[in-house]
Amino acid sequence: MKQNPLDYIIPESEVVRNITRCVNCRICEKQCPNEVHKFNEKLNCMTADESLCVNCQRCVATCPAHALKIQKNECAFRENHNWKSDNIKEIYKQARTGGVLLSSMGNPNKFPVYFDRILINASQVTNPSVDPLREPMETRVFLGKKPGEIRRDPDGNIIPELPVHLELSMPVMFSAMSYGSISYNAHKSLAAAAKELGIFYNTGEGGLHEDFYCYADNTVVQVASGRFGVHEKYLDSAAAIEIKMGQGAKPGIGGHLPGTKIIGDVSATRMIPEGSDAISPAPHHDIYSIEDLRQLVYSLKEATQYKKPIIVKVAAVHNIAAIAAGIARSGADIIAIDGFRGGTGAAPTRIRDNVGIPIELALAAVDTRLREEGTRNNVSLIVGGSIRSAADVVKAIALGADACYIATAALIALGCHLCRTCGSGKCSWGIATADLVKRLDPEEGARRLVNLMRAWKHEIKEMMGGMGINSIEALCGNRLMLRGVNLTEKELEILGIYHAGE
Amino acid sequence: MIINSQGLDPREINELIRTAKEKSIVLNNCLGQRFIGSGLGKKEISINGIPGNALGAYLNGASITVNGNAQDAVGDTMDSGEIVIHGSAGDAAGYSMRGGEIYIKNNAGYRAGVHMKEYKQKKPVIVIGGRAGSFLGEYQAGGIIIVLGLNSDGRPIVSNFPCTGMHGGKMILRGELPSIHFPHQTTSHTADENDFAQFAPFIKKYCNYFGADYEKLINDKYTVITPDSKNPYKQMYVSN
Amino acid sequence: MKAGELMKLEGEIRIPSGCAVSAMISKEGRRVSGQKIIESMIPMHERSNGLGGGFAGYGIYPDFKDFYAFHIFFNDKYIIEECEKILKDRFEIVKSENIPIRKIPEITDVPYIKRYFLAPLASVLARLQIDEKEYVVRTVMDINTKIKGAYVFSSGKNMGTFKAVGYPEDVGRFYRLDEYEAYSWTAHGRYPTNTPGWWGGAHPFGLLDYTVVHNGEISSYDANRRYIEMFGYKCTLQTDTEVITYIADYLLRRKGLTLNETASVIAAPFWTTIQQKPQREAARLEFLRKAFPSLLITGPFSIILGFSGGLMALNDRLKLRSMVTAQKGDTVYIASEEAAIRRMEPEISDIYAPAGGEPVIVKVEEGKY
Repeated sequence: MKQNPLDYIIPESEVVRNITRCVNCRICEKQCPNEVHKFNEKLNCMTADESLCVNCQRCVATCPAHALKIQKNECAFRENHNWKSDNIKEIYKQARTGGVLLSSMGNPNKFPVYFDRILINASQVTNPSVDPLREPMETRVFLGKKPGEIRRDPDGNIIPELPVHLELSMPVMFSAMSYGSISYNAHKSLAAAAKELGIFYNTGEGGLHEDFYCYADNTVVQVASGRFGVHEKYLDSAAAIEIKMGQGAKPGIGGHLPGTKIIGDVSATRMIPEGSDAISPAPHHDIYSIEDLRQLVYSLKEATQYKKPIIVKVAAVHNIAAIAAGIARSGADIIAIDGFRGGTGAAPTRIRDNVGIPIELALAAVDTRLREEGTRNNVSLIVGGSIRSAADVVKAIALGADACYIATAALIALGCHLCRTCGSGKCSWGIATADLVKRLDPEEGARRLVNLMRAWKHEIKEMMGGMGINSIEALCGNRLMLRGVNLTEKELEILGIYHAGE
Repeated sequence: MIINSQGLDPREINELIRTAKEKSIVLNNCLGQRFIGSGLGKKEISINGIPGNALGAYLNGASITVNGNAQDAVGDTMDSGEIVIHGSAGDAAGYSMRGGEIYIKNNAGYRAGVHMKEYKQKKPVIVIGGRAGSFLGEYQAGGIIIVLGLNSDGRPIVSNFPCTGMHGGKMILRGELPSIHFPHQTTSHTADENDFAQFAPFIKKYCNYFGADYEKLINDKYTVITPDSKNPYKQMYVSN
Repeated sequence: MKAGELMKLEGEIRIPSGCAVSAMISKEGRRVSGQKIIESMIPMHERSNGLGGGFAGYGIYPDFKDFYAFHIFFNDKYIIEECEKILKDRFEIVKSENIPIRKIPEITDVPYIKRYFLAPLASVLARLQIDEKEYVVRTVMDINTKIKGAYVFSSGKNMGTFKAVGYPEDVGRFYRLDEYEAYSWTAHGRYPTNTPGWWGGAHPFGLLDYTVVHNGEISSYDANRRYIEMFGYKCTLQTDTEVITYIADYLLRRKGLTLNETASVIAAPFWTTIQQKPQREAARLEFLRKAFPSLLITGPFSIILGFSGGLMALNDRLKLRSMVTAQKGDTVYIASEEAAIRRMEPEISDIYAPAGGEPVIVKVEEGKY
């Protein structure tokens, strides 16, 4: 078949093979799920079709001779700062197919990363820093409502009854990723790590595999608009229930797991027939207004006898402060806000790259608004949408978050190389795939997640200690510990911080 | 020589001490003046009243007797010499002490012996007769801290978080003390003959200074705490 | 340069401070002159730097004990008129006068310093349907945030705060505290890093009959401030002492916590310590820590909280500041240094150093104040 030259898209990457090193062992060929590498019998050497390459770096990492490099392809359109290469390629793709562009993982574009423009304080002279290795340093957090009135028994003793809440050993938890969008072994890694760390992982909206019911104490189950796999046992097998209203990568958009991925256990877990598309509607069709949210919150509380906190997860959108203020009066115990950089298995490119706002600004606006409203005690705040390091966690907490959600960082710990082709189902690292799941050993995965979180915890303690703070609650909302660099007056005003030097 | 310290500031007092021809000096009516005997060489000072913070800091061979309590940071970075307190000491007694001996008849506040260290023949010693506050021997890197627990107020011999970050030296507490929680990077054992040989002379000295019953004390059991490693945090880091 | 012309005033910037504190209280309610408490600050001279000193005395206005005694600084006399208008709208002014001072060279740039004995207007109270104390608090907040150049620095009954820029021993003489008698005194010498610019920044800080003197710079300040401001308090001075006072008022008056419970919130024990407590006590401590996480104060502090009929002294949970207490006869003494206590009472036999987070609560016998 003759190829139409218009359909040829210049590959982003180039496969560079050092022939003097290559021993023709063909491991790259076996490792590449995209069939980039082939052995040419005639020439007795390896060849590559880089048009198939997604730059997942699997071949590079597995080549025993270190003979491979994946580089940015020098072959490019004529430079044009307005018509960038991506703009042109996207038009070709759409002109060929008439399709809506889909992308995976978070918004990769050059928007300001506010975390990188915020600096953290440290004590000098006027008060002492605290040594986290020697002195007690507390990172334990509790998520949920604070008690209202203090009640006492007839002898005047406080009745120590607290509203239902989650307890975390550190202010980080694994964010929602559904079974189906990520593999069984990836889920198992997250669940086991959460248990060992004393934190939580989140099932996402794809139901909960029976094998993981044993992790109930460290599980947050999600109730999304598609209500896949939501039944009594599901709700019971969780420490908290999250109502997913939106996701940072695709605010206002529902989900669509293609029928090709609804096979075997995924089908059983979602409780839909094999091969049938799993479509999550854009809105919850029982929530068209804020008072309807209250209804869903309380219906879930009733169903679980008021024993589990309810999280409401929303995407960070323009009016987030008012939305969060409404949620804080809905009976929800925790609000999770997902910034526009949050990852996804697949989202329409235009939505992912153009809808929503940065989590730093959303968080600051929400925390400020809830305090103005006097409702900050009604809810805890979790934020996600590209928390990349312990420093981001510390900054988020100081801006006013109680805890952070991480997902992309957790996937990277499991081996993700951010090639951003999760939607293909051919994840070479065994994460976003059903086929190559064995490539991810759940025990090793859990160990890597535990290592990552332990390292972050140490780093969080180091930073807290530097500030002279020995308990995370004294960091929460402590914005004086932050200063901005390279930010406008308006940005500083929204973040509620001073500029460095002030 | 007798100095009446009433109305004198620390600088005036130290000047008088340094320039005195006599080796032995009595300081009367002391009330809160800081830095007394700072960096002082071979002299003997006896203090009546309450010396202020940082008594005998950088002490360089002098011996100081306080006939009463001392405030915070007694013997801060002390190098050699002796401080004897016929009362209690405030917080951070013997901070970063490098050598010499401190004897406290009664209690010590928080962080006694914080970051005491030793080098070759220089081994600092602190003996506390009563009880010690929290963070006793924090970061201890050398030397010996002895607590006898002779206090009669019913409070424990040592408060919370003893030996955090200990990575050298020895701590000796009278009694078997199974309920005290020591950090995981340390090991505790009941004192054996070798331990006794090492610390008994200091208890003897304590008894001589303050009139305690040596025979009775030396027949008690003692708990000895030592660090497992000189560098307990090595495995925490990865180069970047 | 006169402070305040080019530099920012306290309240416009945050100024960290170190300090000296001391206090004395008669459990029998015996009233003694301010002479001793002034002298107690002399041995701790090194802990201040001449940029702030102050005192609070309880039981000093027995003839007006049923009225709120407002002490107010005014930058100029026009502001006095403006402020008095507000006071007249809301209170019956039972008495107004200049606070007597002694002119001494050590204290300069003296503002107008007046005091008012006030009774809330019943008609306004009835219309607003709020409790009397809340009404007084709102008035203080209104004057301090809305009238530039007027600052209410004392607002309790039968007590008063006296403060200025200067060394505490000079401030005591300036206000002629030797001529007042109180059953309880607290004192403060300040070591601010910057020039505070005006007198309102000195300590004690007071609201109603709560006063706080404090030593140390807390690291939880903004977490505490942003929390407490949810409940109508406005931290205009940006000082630790101010926010601690509001926390005390909120927990004690508005949430009805006891002094011990309040101490367990602001100097909450570590979780590991809580776990070792007997079950009931552990449950109580866990409840308080989880109920008021944002009111945990971290970083070094030693505070003395004064209130009608008592005092509470408290150190931070790591005990990063020093504080000692002693008792002789019916009088309890508290100070940053033992020397200060011995200056007040040389014949003390037993000095006690409270542990970090261990409150020392002293109350005057019921009916004796």
